[in-house]
Amino acid sequence: MLIKSQKDFFSGLMFTVVGASFAYGATSYSVGSGGRMGPGYFPLLLGVILAILGAAVMFKALVVETPDGEKIGKWAWKPLVFIISANLLFGILLGGLPSMGIPAMGLIAAIFGITIVASLAGDDFRLKEVLVLSVVLSIGSYLAFIVLLKLQFPVWPTFIAG
Amino acid sequence: MELFDNLALGFGVAFTFQNLIYAFIGCLLGTLIGVLPGIGPVATIAMLLPATYALPPVAALIMLAGIYYGAQYGGSTTAILVNLPGESSSVVTVIDGYQMARKGRAGPALAAAGLGSFFAGCVGTLILAAFAAPLTEVAFKFGPAEYFSLMILGLIGAVVLASGSLLKAVAMIVLGLLMGLVGTDVNSGVARFSFDIPELTDGIGFIVIAMGVFGYGEIIQNLSQPDEDREVFTGKVQGLMPTKEDFKNMIPAVLRGTTIGSLLGILPGGGALLAAFAAYTIEKKTKLKKGELPFGQGNIRGVAAPESANNAGSQTSFIPLLTLGIPPNAVMALMVGAMTIHNIQPGPQVMTSNPELFWGLIASMWIGNLMLVILNLPLIGMWIKLLTVPYRWLFPAIVLFCAIGVYSTNNNTFDIWMVAGFGVIGYMFIKLGVEPAPLLLGFILGPMMEENLRRAMLLSRGDWSVFVTRPLSASLLAAAAVLLIIVLLPAVKNKREEAFVED
Repeated sequence: MLIKSQKDFFSGLMFTVVGASFAYGATSYSVGSGGRMGPGYFPLLLGVILAILGAAVMFKALVVETPDGEKIGKWAWKPLVFIISANLLFGILLGGLPSMGIPAMGLIAAIFGITIVASLAGDDFRLKEVLVLSVVLSIGSYLAFIVLLKLQFPVWPTFIAG
Repeated sequence: MELFDNLALGFGVAFTFQNLIYAFIGCLLGTLIGVLPGIGPVATIAMLLPATYALPPVAALIMLAGIYYGAQYGGSTTAILVNLPGESSSVVTVIDGYQMARKGRAGPALAAAGLGSFFAGCVGTLILAAFAAPLTEVAFKFGPAEYFSLMILGLIGAVVLASGSLLKAVAMIVLGLLMGLVGTDVNSGVARFSFDIPELTDGIGFIVIAMGVFGYGEIIQNLSQPDEDREVFTGKVQGLMPTKEDFKNMIPAVLRGTTIGSLLGILPGGGALLAAFAAYTIEKKTKLKKGELPFGQGNIRGVAAPESANNAGSQTSFIPLLTLGIPPNAVMALMVGAMTIHNIQPGPQVMTSNPELFWGLIASMWIGNLMLVILNLPLIGMWIKLLTVPYRWLFPAIVLFCAIGVYSTNNNTFDIWMVAGFGVIGYMFIKLGVEPAPLLLGFILGPMMEENLRRAMLLSRGDWSVFVTRPLSASLLAAAAVLLIIVLLPAVKNKREEAFVED
């Protein structure tokens, strides 16, 4: 059987898998009865409904004709990888990773990290511009979040600020 | 009149120096993100939520509300001058607005959008003030069964009126409901689906979901598309004033747009986007006068009607939130979160327990609309400059603000790892062609639905018929069923698909 709509087929598959997993997970909690619902009742019910809906979406994707096959298309790996790693780098620089012995480097270092890596996601990377942007964003964030809003951030690396 | 006393109280609250400043900041930010394509009110409000911790609740809500309706004003500027919707609700404004700009009539187009929005905003605020009190009365008659049915109606309404596949939208709601259940169950104290991760026992933060899916997901999608050639009318926009002829055409369109927008805003699932679509469709059906340009070639009605409608809709969509505590769209779902952060349980009791918040928010909307006209018409030059800022400077800043916002909710890096995961999921949703807005609605309503279902079933001793034997509950469910049947009718189904393809 040919898949008539790739997008629908895989989204249906996703719904079914996620729904079934939730339903399976819910059985490990007490389900209870309609009058006295346990913590597993509602998630089990919803999980089953989601799995059925997903199956219906998949079925439709196999049966209903679409003009172009509704292909998912290429994944944009470059922006995906750079944006997500920029975000992760921000977390590592800001708070450190105690489990791996990486010290916290603070907000300013984190801003430089996230801005530079995120900029790599674009088509047009100009180092000088990105550095200027990092400086502007650092000063702006420091004023807005630390001075004005008084949010609790480690601003400088722990080995300097102590 | 009680209404006037209440409004007087509201204006008293809204006219304090602090609240005026926050209303202004909200409107300014709203216009800013409205003008900038690629960032919407959902991501912005999510980003700023943590920053409002330190503020008093009234000021926080006034500012966040300002972002939402401010974005409706700003979006039209980009639509008219750049041929890109700055905001999703300005999609239809692009059609005639850009044509007007190309013919050198950008000024009147901007004025039509701004003045129409202002009028609609005033009417929307009045409707909100007038209807809130009686609706709240009704809401007090609601028991758990009614609330459960109301949420069903709300969720069904949200998908019926949204674009795209109905089945997938319903599935997204259920997925959202399930994700909302992650964390400690309030009744039994059992930590559900937390995989023994301590941070997950508090549940997934909705800021994390909103930011990951709406913020990161969309940035990745924007970057994956090649740079479009933007033709920006940076030249001076001259002569803002529409001609007498323009006014004659505009006024009935503004009136129609306002009416449609106000009505659709109240409906669950409604709000700014749908209102704009419906208003444009109706204008197109109305006969052209002699000497009027056809639609699609720069008809001023094609700008005035949808812009009035989206602004009216964005005001009246506060009605279900403030009276029933049920969010009709994703932005309102975030407002629920904002209220909970400040220890205000959304629902009918807000009006009696926090009258200064309730009426202050309403009054601030009118003031905000006035500020927006001033911000958007005389100061238009400033926003035009902003449009020339390249995206490669903007998106790293957006990524940074998302990350800072996420971290500051709990001062915990765990949220940053989570938002990375939801960023990937958000991009996957875009690739699979599923809309994320219903997910967020379901996520917010999940715990509420479970709680009301449990209570209703406990009271009925496990008898499911309670939902159809109580008249109010039964009529709410019937309304939901009717909505579903209507969209599944072949004639309506085709029309619905047609309406959303047209852009």
